[in-house]
Amino acid sequence: MGKTDNDAQDNSDEPLAPADTPAMQRILDNPFLLLFIGVTMPTVLYLLWGVMEVASIPVAY
Amino acid sequence: MTAIEIGHIGTSGAQYQYRTCKFTGRRVERSAELLIRANAVAAVVFLAVGGLFGLLVALTRWPAVQLLPADWFYLVLTGHGANVLLFWIIFFEIALLYFASAVILGSRIATPKFAWLGFLLMIVGAVMANYAVLKGDSTVMFTSYPPMLAEHWFYLSLILFAVGALIGVIVFFATLVVAKAENTYNGSVPLVTFGAITAAIIAVFTLASGAIILVPTWLWSLGLISGIDTLMYKIVWWGMGHSSQQINVAAHISIWYAIAAMTVGAKPLSEKVSRFAFLMYILFLQLASAHHLLAEPGLSSAWKIVNTSYMMYLAVMASMIHGLTVPGAVEAAQRRNGYTRGWFEWLTKAPWGNPAFSGMFMSLVMFGFIGGITGVILGTEQLNVLMHNTIYVPGHFHGTVVAGTTLAFMAMTYIVVPLIFQRDIILPGLAKWQPYIFGLGAGGISLFMMGAGTLGVPRRHWDIAMTDAANAYEFSPAAYLMMGLNGISAIFAATGGLLFVLLIVGSVLFGRRLDVPGAKLNFPLHDDSKVVSQYGSEATFKLPGTVTLVTIFFLTFILYYFVNWKYLSEIWQFN
Repeated sequence: MGKTDNDAQDNSDEPLAPADTPAMQRILDNPFLLLFIGVTMPTVLYLLWGVMEVASIPVAY
Repeated sequence: MTAIEIGHIGTSGAQYQYRTCKFTGRRVERSAELLIRANAVAAVVFLAVGGLFGLLVALTRWPAVQLLPADWFYLVLTGHGANVLLFWIIFFEIALLYFASAVILGSRIATPKFAWLGFLLMIVGAVMANYAVLKGDSTVMFTSYPPMLAEHWFYLSLILFAVGALIGVIVFFATLVVAKAENTYNGSVPLVTFGAITAAIIAVFTLASGAIILVPTWLWSLGLISGIDTLMYKIVWWGMGHSSQQINVAAHISIWYAIAAMTVGAKPLSEKVSRFAFLMYILFLQLASAHHLLAEPGLSSAWKIVNTSYMMYLAVMASMIHGLTVPGAVEAAQRRNGYTRGWFEWLTKAPWGNPAFSGMFMSLVMFGFIGGITGVILGTEQLNVLMHNTIYVPGHFHGTVVAGTTLAFMAMTYIVVPLIFQRDIILPGLAKWQPYIFGLGAGGISLFMMGAGTLGVPRRHWDIAMTDAANAYEFSPAAYLMMGLNGISAIFAATGGLLFVLLIVGSVLFGRRLDVPGAKLNFPLHDDSKVVSQYGSEATFKLPGTVTLVTIFFLTFILYYFVNWKYLSEIWQFN
């Protein structure tokens, strides 16, 4: 498989001007945005949802 | 080139000492170097302690030996878990975070005094935890499920360690900011640093979960609160307990890319694809914590299946991407290096005598075939019941954490010692065998424990003969054979581990100095090793050897997956 334009862009030693940087790359270049996403996802889907399920178990008397 | 350069950085007027590494050309700042050294030394010390405990555990679970009495067995098992799953791994990961930020980006480390405070807290926590365990009143094992109660020092020690580690992670993020502000790199960070960012993000969730559950448990141990809900504890604790092992996955995959770059000059096949795979880890990997709770009646199937079978599979896909792109990058680099004959000359002519490369490649293979495939089986709710709480579970995580992570960390140490300690590896003839001995043992431990677990051997019971039990149970002779083979494998792994500690400590203390003109490495880096600190893709997919290996992996995966469904169907009693 030959090199594509995008791949050739990857190989460039020169960084792209901020305006030319693809949106996805700008997201991946922002560690604090990734930190927010990476903490929020498991907090909501695993911790909060799980804790709510346990909290909603009826208490036996 | 090895001389120390003094320079002013930024506008603060502060002075930072740098040297230029003669082997990589990277600037290495003095504070970063000292912090990496301190964390790496601490890691190796706790590996030695935890490894010794591990050997005692295996020799006790070997029915023909049964070395320790029951109370000592559970005490040593607690110490083994804490030392290897937390202290060895996280000290090394902090060293890796500093290496991937300050060294790879050629930056100074941010707030070194704060970093030393973190290191001090981690040391105090780790030593205090060992003291609490060895004292004998904190035998609660790694999971420390309530209502088992340890002495309050035990929980406090883990909290101190977690706070120290969190400080290390904060210093890592701050160093990224410093490197960006001081323009030590342009554009995107190198892939190895991006992998370290992934590990650090998972570490934040891990340590936060640890704080959320360990602080109230500590208060409970002090008698300040009346009790801890067991299921609530399990949910939050596994947010720490399993996610801490996901830090390992991101960290050791970063190391695979780093070692491939530094030993054969490998560039990522595609930066975009590899970064996408790391993004899948950031989003979904931590949700796999739920697979420890698949047998809990208090949690709905929706919660279990969304977290494991749906979300976790996206993280599994990411692992399979790395499993393709790392050997693919090695193949592409080796073909560029001239090894183009047939499908596998790139592999047969790889630097198998370099312990960094051999350790990395064995880690890659065993993590995929042993740890990875079995992780998917355990993460499937229906299949999980086949081996839940059997010794299959530690078999699986020894495939990930020992054969995968520990072997990769050992391999990286053979690069860190020459580059950061500036001492060459001693006894190179012996060093090149070390990963094979350890890898053979680690692979054997994993496979034989899983074999015994498939036959129903319980995860933690001291005595599988169930001597004096009210309800006797006789395991098949094959289960006893598996546990014996596990013991023999543990002896191999312990030998490899001891050899590693001796080689590394010996190299640090007595290795040939490399900060002198004309010094050469016993295990030289590749001429293109600088690609480790660059952004850029190989951009080729002419990889017949890798495609063949990946096909074998997929066939194995599919076969094992369906064998387990068949096994499940045979024990299903409803018609």
